[in-house]
Amino acid sequence: MQFGILVNEGPYSHQASDSAFLFVRAALEKGYKVPRVFFYHDGVYNASRLATPPQDDRNVGARWSRLAADHGVDLVVCVAAAQRRGITDGVLGDNFRISGLGQLVEMGIQYDRLVTFGD
Amino acid sequence: MSDMDEMEDGSGIVKKFMFLNRKAPHGTVYALEGLEVVLITAAFDQDVSMVFTDDGVYQLMKGIDSKGIEVKDFSKTYRALDGYDIEKLYVDQASMDARGLTEDDLIVDVTVLAVDEMANLMAEQDVVISF
Amino acid sequence: MLHIVNKSATDRGSLESCLRMATKGSAVLLIEDAVYAATSGNTAAAKIQAAVADLKIYALGPDLAARGMVGRVLDGVNVVDYGGFVDLVAEHSNCQSWL
Repeated sequence: MQFGILVNEGPYSHQASDSAFLFVRAALEKGYKVPRVFFYHDGVYNASRLATPPQDDRNVGARWSRLAADHGVDLVVCVAAAQRRGITDGVLGDNFRISGLGQLVEMGIQYDRLVTFGD
Repeated sequence: MSDMDEMEDGSGIVKKFMFLNRKAPHGTVYALEGLEVVLITAAFDQDVSMVFTDDGVYQLMKGIDSKGIEVKDFSKTYRALDGYDIEKLYVDQASMDARGLTEDDLIVDVTVLAVDEMANLMAEQDVVISF
Repeated sequence: MLHIVNKSATDRGSLESCLRMATKGSAVLLIEDAVYAATSGNTAAAKIQAAVADLKIYALGPDLAARGMVGRVLDGVNVVDYGGFVDLVAEHSNCQSWL
């Protein structure tokens, strides 16, 4: 079974990105596939490599990058939402890529489940 | 790179997609960016419904004029939806009543549903995207 | 259908809207701040207790613990962890988030 995940909010301001990450990690541990996570609205801010949160707390963006590296999860940032918010190729963290909303629609069509995390 | 580069996934799969709109326009970005997803979805030949409940019904108001807040007015885009074959717009009766609205207040033709009808519609969807 | 609610019922109307629309036999999972509704003494508790008759109500354990609410969970509410959350999504053919 394949899960697609939609993350609508940025790191720290809302719990959405954390909830999504912990869900994805649990799904992978159970042997499910999570081929792609799509970041929309302020969710695009998760992709910035410029964040330097305090050392004693989780680094939300870096955590996604590591998950992608370890499990091959495709982290897609919506181009339109990214352009509005100044998230460009130049600031992307590892394993994030910018692409179109069609990638979200494809998740809905091709995967078995699509879960939205937002505000 | 443009959003229009992805057109159809070619699989022939048709799913029931529901876009759940529960927020008023302009106070947050969800109405505008939600609409952008729906327009892209039009290229994928899916069975698309847009549902407006709670404050989402306010997105469809006639007479929206956003010049004073200097924000892009996207309200006319709802009228363009049928040109994209997005014709199934559903509005929750109770949400309208709670806000003193009738169909005459809305910028597009909609199907007004009672709570049971709306609940059944939601239950039969394959994919629900919430903003 | 699995309904997922993430906001506190004393802050937003999303839980109320969800309970109004969830068809009999559906599951409702409370995550993040929504877990407060499943705790004794919260004004939403009565709605949750009434809902238990027709719906399966779940609350995410780690979110309860993060809010000091583990000891106050209402009878009839099933506490699950993230693995249980995944199971719920897998078991239901569709899911809907009430944001």
